Amino acid sequence: MLLKNTYNEFIKILSKPRSYLGIGALTLLVGIIIFAMKADGRSIISFVTSSFEQSLTFNGDVLNGNLIAFIILQMLIVHIPLLVALVTGDLISGEAAMGTIRMLATKPISRTNIVLSKFIAGAMYTLFLTLWLGFLALFVSRQIFGTGDLIVLNSDGLVILQDADILWRFGLGFCVAFLSLLTVSTLSIALSAFAENSIGPIVSTMAIIILFTIIGSLDVTVFDNIKPYLFTTHMASWRSFFEDPVPFSTIIKSIIILVVHNIVLVGIAVYKFNKKDIKS
Amino acid sequence: MEGETIIKVEHLAKRFGTFEAVKDVSFSVNRGDVFGFLGPNGAGKSTTIRCLLSLITPDAGSIELFGKSFKTNRSAILSNIGSIIEKPDFYKYLSAQKNLEIFARVSGADVSKKEIQEMLEFVGLGDRGKHKLGGFSHGMKQRLGIAQTLLHKPDLIILDEPTTGLDPQGIVEIRNLILRLKNEQHKTILLSSHQLSEIELIANRMVIINQGRSIVEGSVSDLLNTQELLVRIEVDNATASAELLQKAYPETIFKINSESELEVTFVKELVPELARLLVNNNMNVHAIEPTRKLEDYFMKIIQA
Repeated sequence: MLLKNTYNEFIKILSKPRSYLGIGALTLLVGIIIFAMKADGRSIISFVTSSFEQSLTFNGDVLNGNLIAFIILQMLIVHIPLLVALVTGDLISGEAAMGTIRMLATKPISRTNIVLSKFIAGAMYTLFLTLWLGFLALFVSRQIFGTGDLIVLNSDGLVILQDADILWRFGLGFCVAFLSLLTVSTLSIALSAFAENSIGPIVSTMAIIILFTIIGSLDVTVFDNIKPYLFTTHMASWRSFFEDPVPFSTIIKSIIILVVHNIVLVGIAVYKFNKKDIKS
Repeated sequence: MEGETIIKVEHLAKRFGTFEAVKDVSFSVNRGDVFGFLGPNGAGKSTTIRCLLSLITPDAGSIELFGKSFKTNRSAILSNIGSIIEKPDFYKYLSAQKNLEIFARVSGADVSKKEIQEMLEFVGLGDRGKHKLGGFSHGMKQRLGIAQTLLHKPDLIILDEPTTGLDPQGIVEIRNLILRLKNEQHKTILLSSHQLSEIELIANRMVIINQGRSIVEGSVSDLLNTQELLVRIEVDNATASAELLQKAYPETIFKINSESELEVTFVKELVPELARLLVNNNMNVHAIEPTRKLEDYFMKIIQA
């Protein structure tokens, strides 16, 4: 029954126009970034590298597909949660608003299975968005700009990664980015179990992300104890794969915290939906 | 098995915050019944039906369907029930066929595309299968709702106010469909309504509920006893008329409602005789209005 309803959820997601909004927006944003970098990328890169040119000499083309992919990922990973929540935040509450959840709940499928199938479908949609971002950012950028060594500027200074040493970092980086987005998806579905309309969970998800991000960026000691446990703190963990050496212990800790978030949120949603009186 | 109790509800109660939606509802439905669940708007019909379908957890009382409790047999019970609660809601962005496929997949039975098409034809939507729900009228959605209830061939069909919001033609279509379910497919049907006339036309047994309580339960023919009527008589002088009638029928109680109106519970066959007696004694009779007692009671509930 879980598989059958998961299949149903796929059909619903694929049939809803809003599902394509995220994919379209993502394609457009990546297109704009690639166009901007093609048109004016060299002056931007020379502006950034000018401060290092007294002590370093850059051979080869710094503006390459790997750098563009990194820039795209860095820029868009902040915005993709909205595109994810737009679809996943609607999965339970949208059906409550439409009244179809009532029809579904009178069928011989357990409420736990109804919620779990929505989580699975939401996760698959999130995975597709991440893969699509990966395809556009990495494959298309490398086709247009070619390959080369990747120069990453982080808080410790410049990190130069050789072309042959980059793809695995992107691969694992996208996996962790997926886990971050999955947490957003799970949060919005969990909130959706509490609501009777589509907008509430979407707005609430974004509000929580903004609030946690602000708490995370505030340099106030009173928040120091909770910062490591906020999922937003770990949403940029994918970036750690572009450090040398890669801080695997930090990344694993982030993965554990994100996984725990996902398990707890699924648990809350299942509990709430099982206890809920369906009055819609 | 004919006569087997399919639904047994005892002392059901449900509260939402401080509002007691259902206070004490009890009734039972036997296999093969078309059972009328009658009550005015806000009587607690939909809340009771939602409890029957495990959409809402009751605060007190017990529900048994097919002799089983929801606590341990939810899936088995629901796989034998088809239902429409208030109005059937579907996925507007999908076609009628796709909607039925979605619900068929979780109905606990293997339903082929051919069977779905047969269901669409049964409810008169055979040529609308590929059409999206966005363009369907309320009546078409109701008929599709009935098709949805039949997909997994359940024994029990629960229809909550299936004719609400329909035009007269739509009401007749749905009524005919229900009668076909009863006569051709021999389904047990629980039909909720706030219209006595609708229940009278379709049901063989019924319960009346009001303000969250079940008031009376029995066979429709017994409850709507057509032999004994409540008769309102409009005359010039109600007191004089009452005295005259009282002498003729000493064991009958004549109630004076106003200076010009009398009320009496009377056997149907004796109503012409009563009229003749008044006229022969020079009482001006302006109106004699016979109504069935239960109908009158139900009208009073609704008016209240």
